[in-house]
Order: sequence, then C-alpha cells, then structure tokens
Amino acid sequence: MEFGYPVLTTLIVFPLLAAAGLFLIKSPQVARVYTMGASILELILAIPLFTFKHIADWQFVERAAWVPQWGLEYHLAVDGISYLMVMLTIAILPLCVMCSWTYISKRVKEFHFCLLFMTAACVGVFAALDLVLFYVFWEAMLIPMYLLIAVWGGDQRRYASLKFFLFTLAGSTLLLAAIVAFRITGGTFSIPELMQTNFSFNFQFWAFLAMALAFAIKVPMFPFHTWLPAAHVQAPSAGSVILAAVLLKMGTYGFLRFCLPLTPAASEYFAPLMIAISIASILYGGAIALGQEDIKKLVAYSSVGHMGFVTLGIFLFNQRGVEGALFQMLNHGIITGALFMMIGTVYERSHSRLIKDNMGMGKYLPAFMFFWGLYALASLGFPGTNGFVGEILVFVGAFQKSPYIGALLVPGALLGAAYMFRVTLKMAWGQPSSAKTWPDLNTREWAYLLIPALFVFYIGLAPKLFFDVIDPSVEKLVSDLKSRAKVEQVVAAQPAPVAVAAAVVPVAHAADSPAQPVNN
Amino acid sequence: MEFNLIQIVPELYQLLLIVALFCQSLGDGSDTPPAERWLPFFAAFGVFVNIVSFNAQGLIFGGAYKLDALSQFFKLAIAAGFYVAVLNASRQPSLEERKRPDYFMFLALSAWGLMLLSSAVELITIYLALEISSYSLYAVIPLRSVNGKGVPGAAEAAIKYILFGAVATGLALYGFSYILASQHTSYIAELALRSWTWSGQPMAVVGLSLFLGGLFFKLALFPFHFWCPDAYQGASNETAGFVATLPKLGAVVVLVRLAVLLKPGLEITTLLAVLGACSMTFGNLCALAQKDIKRLLGFSSVAHAGYIMVGLVSGTAMGLAAAVFYALAYVAMNLLCFWVVSRVASDGRNLQLDDLNGLYKRSPGLAFALGVGAFALVGLPPTMGFMGKFFLIASAWDHGYNWLVITLVVNSAIAIYYYLGLVRHAYTHEAGEDVPTPDNSAFSLFGAGILAAVVLVLGMVPGRVFDFAILAGKQLLP
Repeated sequence: MEFGYPVLTTLIVFPLLAAAGLFLIKSPQVARVYTMGASILELILAIPLFTFKHIADWQFVERAAWVPQWGLEYHLAVDGISYLMVMLTIAILPLCVMCSWTYISKRVKEFHFCLLFMTAACVGVFAALDLVLFYVFWEAMLIPMYLLIAVWGGDQRRYASLKFFLFTLAGSTLLLAAIVAFRITGGTFSIPELMQTNFSFNFQFWAFLAMALAFAIKVPMFPFHTWLPAAHVQAPSAGSVILAAVLLKMGTYGFLRFCLPLTPAASEYFAPLMIAISIASILYGGAIALGQEDIKKLVAYSSVGHMGFVTLGIFLFNQRGVEGALFQMLNHGIITGALFMMIGTVYERSHSRLIKDNMGMGKYLPAFMFFWGLYALASLGFPGTNGFVGEILVFVGAFQKSPYIGALLVPGALLGAAYMFRVTLKMAWGQPSSAKTWPDLNTREWAYLLIPALFVFYIGLAPKLFFDVIDPSVEKLVSDLKSRAKVEQVVAAQPAPVAVAAAVVPVAHAADSPAQPVNN
Repeated sequence: MEFNLIQIVPELYQLLLIVALFCQSLGDGSDTPPAERWLPFFAAFGVFVNIVSFNAQGLIFGGAYKLDALSQFFKLAIAAGFYVAVLNASRQPSLEERKRPDYFMFLALSAWGLMLLSSAVELITIYLALEISSYSLYAVIPLRSVNGKGVPGAAEAAIKYILFGAVATGLALYGFSYILASQHTSYIAELALRSWTWSGQPMAVVGLSLFLGGLFFKLALFPFHFWCPDAYQGASNETAGFVATLPKLGAVVVLVRLAVLLKPGLEITTLLAVLGACSMTFGNLCALAQKDIKRLLGFSSVAHAGYIMVGLVSGTAMGLAAAVFYALAYVAMNLLCFWVVSRVASDGRNLQLDDLNGLYKRSPGLAFALGVGAFALVGLPPTMGFMGKFFLIASAWDHGYNWLVITLVVNSAIAIYYYLGLVRHAYTHEAGEDVPTPDNSAFSLFGAGILAAVVLVLGMVPGRVFDFAILAGKQLLP
C-alpha cells in the first residue's frame, strides 16, 4: 500500500458505500448531484493508478485469505490488459450520470444505486485474480444490469431484460464448472499460478469450450448475439452505455485473461473456428446494421461487428492482432458509449429512435451533428480517430496471419462505412420532421459529449502512451502462448490422462487424473 | 460415558416450552398472556441455550444418542429456525386465537423431534425422532381458517401429507427390518463397518434404500415429493414456511450420518445420485409452470433436495460439509422467501405471482428482501446460495459423479427463469386491482432485513460457519 490505501479495493468498495448512502437521500435532484459527486470522487481515488509502470508484472497487488478451507483468496491486481478496462469503467460512470440527468425521471435513487453497484462489480471483474472472486463479480453485475433494463427500459423491457439475463447466466453456469475443474486439476484458484500450469490437451479442450461459451455469449459473438440488440434497444441510455462500453468487454477480456493463458493448446486448436466466427460476426453485424430503421438497433448491430474485430484480433495470436484487439476494446467503449449517449440526447427531443423521425438536423442542431459525425467517422475507423488505430492493427495482424483472413475483413470495414454514412447522411440532411423546433446541445450535453471526443482524437493521433501501457503484457501473453502451445502439443501427442473429459465418461477415471485432487 | 443432564439442556429446554404450551392450551386462554406474545422471547432464549451448549460431547442412552459437532450445529440451526418460524407465525391472520397455543405446541414439538433426530445414531431412535417431528406437522397443516371456517384446501393438504407420510414411514420400517435381519445391528457406527455392496448384502441394500425413503419423504426428494407442492399450497403461508425449512435440516443431518455407509461407486450411492439428478430436473421443470408462489417454492425445494445429494454422494468430508452448509443456506433462503410471502399476504391468502406485481412501490423493503431471496435460490453471488452451490460443485467434482455436477449446473440455468419471475413481478409489473396490502410495519421489515443480511453476509464471508461444517464432516469421514 504505497498510497496509504488499497487502491483497487477502494475503487470497488467506495461505489458500494456511496450506493448505500443513496438511501438516506429523499430528493431526486440531490440523488443526481450526490452520485455525480461520488463518481468524481471515484475518479480522484483512481489517481494512484496513473503510477502504473510499463512492465508486464501484476501491479497494485492485494492479496488476503477469503475462504481458506477452499483456498479462495481475495486477490486483486492489474496488468496492461486489465488496466485500461478498469480506467474505462471508472471514466464511464460520470458520463452515465450526466446523460441520464433528465432522461431518468422515475425512481432516480434506485437508478443511481444500480449504476454505482454496477461500477463496483465491473472494476472487480477486471481486477480479480482469483477465479471464484472473478466469478462472483461477473455474476454480481448481472443483477443491476437486469434491473436497469427491466425497470427503466423501453416498451419491451421485460422481454429484453429476461433474454439478457437468461442468455448470460445460462452461459456462465458452465464457466463455474470449468472454474471448479481448474481447481481440482490445477490445485488452485489463483489465476497467475494456473497460468504456470500445463494441462493436458483433453482437459484444455473441454475447459476452453466451457469458458468460451460464457465469453462468446457476453461478447456477443455470432450466433449468440441475439440478446444484444433487444437489450440495447430497450435499455435506458446509461444502461446502453455501460452495456456497450464495459459489459461487452468482459467477454473479450475473458478470452485474453483465461482462454489464451490457461488453455493455450486448445486456443490454438480452436483458433480457426474462432476466427471464422469472428469474421461471420463482422460481416453479419455490418450487413444487418445496414438494414436497420432504428438508430439504436443499428448501433447495437454495429457493436456485434466491432466486437468481431476484437475477437478476431485475439485469436490471430500475434502482437499486432492482440494490440489491435485491446485498442478496439477501448475504442469501442469510447465511441459506442458516446453514440448511445447521443441517441439518448436526441431521443429526449424526438421521443423516437427511428431514423425517419430524426432527420435533417444538420441545420438546426449543428453541434449535435458535429459530434455525431465525429463519432460516426471514428466508428468506421477514419484515419485520425481512435477507431482507425484499432482497426488498422487488426488488419495488419490479419494479413500477417493469412492474406485470406485480411481479404475477408475488407468488406467488413466497407460495411461499417456504408451503414454509418447511411444513417449520418439522413440525420444531417434528410427531410426534417420536427427537428426545427429542437434546441441544440446544452452545457451538460456538451460536457458529456466533449470528453469522449477528446479521447477519440488523443488515441487517434498519439496512441504511443497506450502502446506503452499494453505492450509489455501483450508481448508476454503472445510469447507465453507460443511457447506453451508448443509444449502442449508434445504432451498432447502422447496419451494424455483424462480430466475434464470425465464429465462425459464419469466412471473409472478418478485414479489416473493428472494432479492429486486437493479437497479431501 | 457418564450421562449428565447438562449435556441435553437444549432438548430439555425445548421440552419445557412444549409443556408450557400444553398447559396453556388446556385453559381457555383468558388468564394467560397469548402464546404468540411470550413464546418469541423464550424461543430466542432457546437459541442462546443452544449456543451455550454448543460444545457438548458424548454418547449417551446406550450409544443411541450422540452429541457431537454435527448434532450441536444442527440443533443451533433448528433453534434459530424455530425462533424465526415462531416470529413469522405470531401474526398469522388465518389462525384462530384459541388454537394458537396448540399450534405453537405442535411447532415446538416438531422442532424438538428434529433436535432429537440430529443426535440420533441408531436406526430405531432415528425412526422415533422422525415420527415425533412428522406427527406434529400432520396436526399443524390443516390449522388454517378464513372467517372462522376451516379451509378445505388445508384439510386436503393435511390428508395428502398424512397418507404420503404413512406410506413413507411404513416403507422405512419395512426397510429397517431388512437391515436388522441382514446386518444384525441398528447402530450406524457398526453398520458402517459392514458390507453394503449389492453382491455381498442385497437384502441390506434393499433395506437401506427403503429406510432412506422415509427420509426422502421429509426432504421431498423425487419420487417422494408429491405431497410437497400440494401441502405447501394448502397450508397457511406461515405453516408452509415451517414445513418447507426445518424438517429438511432433520433429514439432511440423518443423511449426513448415513453417508458414512455410502461410499462412492456403491449401487446405493449411485441410486442416490440418480434420484438427486431426477429430483433437481423434475423440480425445476415443474416449477417453471407454476403461478402459485408456494407451489413454486414447493417445486423449488424438490430441486434443492436434489442439489444436496451432490454433496452426500461425494464420499468425502468436504462433500458432507458442503451438504451441511447448503442445507443451512437452503433454510435461510427459504425462511427469507416465506417471511416475505407471509408479510405480503397480510390477509392470509395464497399468493399468486400476479399478487406480487408492483411490490417495489407498495413495499420497497420487502421487494428487496424477496429479490435477495430469489437471487440466492438461483445461486447468484454474493449470496449464501452461490457459496453453497459452489462448495457442492467443488467437493463433488472428480469423485465419480461428474455427470451429476453437470446436471446441477445445467439445472441452475433452468431455474433462473422462475426465480427471476418473482423479481420480475415485484419490480417490473404494475399492480393490478386486487393486490394484498403488504405489512410494512417495523417488525416485518426488520425481520426481512435480518434474514436478508444473513443470506448476504454468509455469502460473502462463509469461512467461519463453514469451519463448523467441516468440523462436523471431518468427524464422520476423517
């Protein structure tokens, strides 16, 4: 504790305390100001994180026994992969509060309670280094998100929230089984220690499948994406922002943190499949987005496409690909978060999310259209914006891997430009319906749209700082993966003892499992 | 070992309560303070008595009655559960004033039987204790009236419960005769040394299977579960809250003791695993279609009985500890849910899912507590339900029944839908015309708050309680 307080724990506990404090407040307006204050305080508490050293080691480590009987630990730390995600989570919170200032008018206190709870759980997910602790945060964040959609959502909120909940929870139940299997076979729940363990290929095969299902639903990858448009469209602005900016990243973060380091051989084995699914996500998401009449749905499907770039980058297994994936995660959080805030902004004026009700704003809301245009360009990866950096890295990685993969990406990127231009042109120069009477952005809206815009340009024009942060960890990840996947292949060539496969063949295996069961 | 009255103070104290209630029930109630007024204080003191005698040790009454970590742990849990059940029932709208002493006497008697059950280590003793706890419940279930008239549904529930109970105990007794005939002893400690393979002792295996039937009836494990949803639905909310929780503790403690016989790989163990799998799948699938909340919770308890089997068949100390912990979690979560149900149905009606509509507006505190209870039953962190389920999975993995673990995991996914239904109705639906007015008194909210806090806190820091569970498990299977 070089800063006088445990930084990561504070970042998790403080929002929870602040959320509890909300119950003492009566007036909705005070609740908003209070949450805004709390979220800025959370940012201030995160200042020590800026001393992050540009090395591949775990930093800000906190470790304590939690349930010693099972070897559960309270173990938090960040490295280059999780660092930016923690920052993003904390930075999104004040924007969410600002963009729901007038948008949310009923049950304001509870709404902010959910936002704060959500932030705590998300920071926990990205910082946890104990598998069970990770799972606890992973599941804990479902409840506030469910409530955000179910209580403050649009007309079909019940359907959307239920679908969201069922999809994600159903996926993660198998993750729990995989976590337990890791403990029994590897002897610990600690992720850094498990990263040093070599598992048999058979074990990796099943463990990868169990984990990948949970993560693929969360990302979401085609064909598990169907919950996403429903959830995005029905969720309130702030809900969509968190969903897009933070929740989806958990899936790809899971791939980077668990699948690649823990099951390298299986990752290698499944990589062609994952690459194919990623490309399918990119093309499918883009093609469907092209046909949408609802702006929010369009952005939701564009998320499917963008997240396809991320998963593709991850499973290319080269430096550029993984860098690109991390950049794309960050950028997608910023850009799509901002786009959802903008949809919320315009929805407050038009009370419709359809393109045809929101046309011709170029003349009457120039500031709004400026920001929209900026984020739309960033979303399709225009040079100079942050979207470009992520996409070009994935492109480079893809062409390094195989020209065919790269060639398949080109139509994906073109689709991105097509659907974004289509909606932007209509919004700017279409036949206005009632846009003439709408006021342009007010100060609050300027504030929450300007902050992401700064990052769009900063990452777009000078990404070096971010490279410095992520590179050591990415290099380590990729080189570990390469070396360990090779070792695994040697092991896999021999008849490997069965561990997870026991799930299918339950009898007569206990004696020859690779590591001694540790829980007797 | 030297017998000393001090060793069985909790049982004696509970007996004292029963005698006092019996005496009160003899009078017309005009001279004595109403039972629901004084009993909660004495029941609370009972919890204290159990804490004091927590470390009692000994094997008394001719080796039939054992005081050890397991029994004292469960007695404490039963006393605490009895306290909550008494509080819950003290404002029962569907119970006539003059029947209250009798009602509480039967509740106390049932809890007493369960306390005996947690110490019994001999099959006849187990059987008697089981009957004491069952018979009193037979009498309690039909005690439900609206406007001074009995409810036919409650009588029907009672008849069902009695008939099923009678058949189950008949089976158990029949099975016991087989065990005695083939193994020549009824002490669990000695039975543990005998062979329980089908090839060696087929008669004993049949006998034990039948004997377990009696316990499965209490636990509402498939295929002995048919009474469960009907009895819950017919009985008053408060009675169902008792029937759904404490008797399961009694059944689990005996099963944990018998688990020393159930080595993994034995036919009977596999039978238990199969029944567990059937129970969770059947219970969850049936619960999906329920509209009546008590029926829903009834099928949910069928499913949870199946979950507990996962810990029992693993044949390790950790597995037993996990089963014990899960039983505790189950009782806490259900007491919480039934507490909310009883408070929401302040007129004593049977709650339908639609009656929960808009609960967040009518009573935010109760709605929150219900949410905690429902998410705990799903097994979501950070609740006790998650930790319990996690312990079960972790202890059973790699002990020969991995398919059972996978079944459990898949079942948790199925179960989400109907538990979420409770939250969905409470939070996202708007109230209709004829919804009951929830009890928003401090008593109601405080009780819900305490129970919710227990479920949450034991979910976040389960270490201390789990230590006791391990202690209990280690001594049975070192």
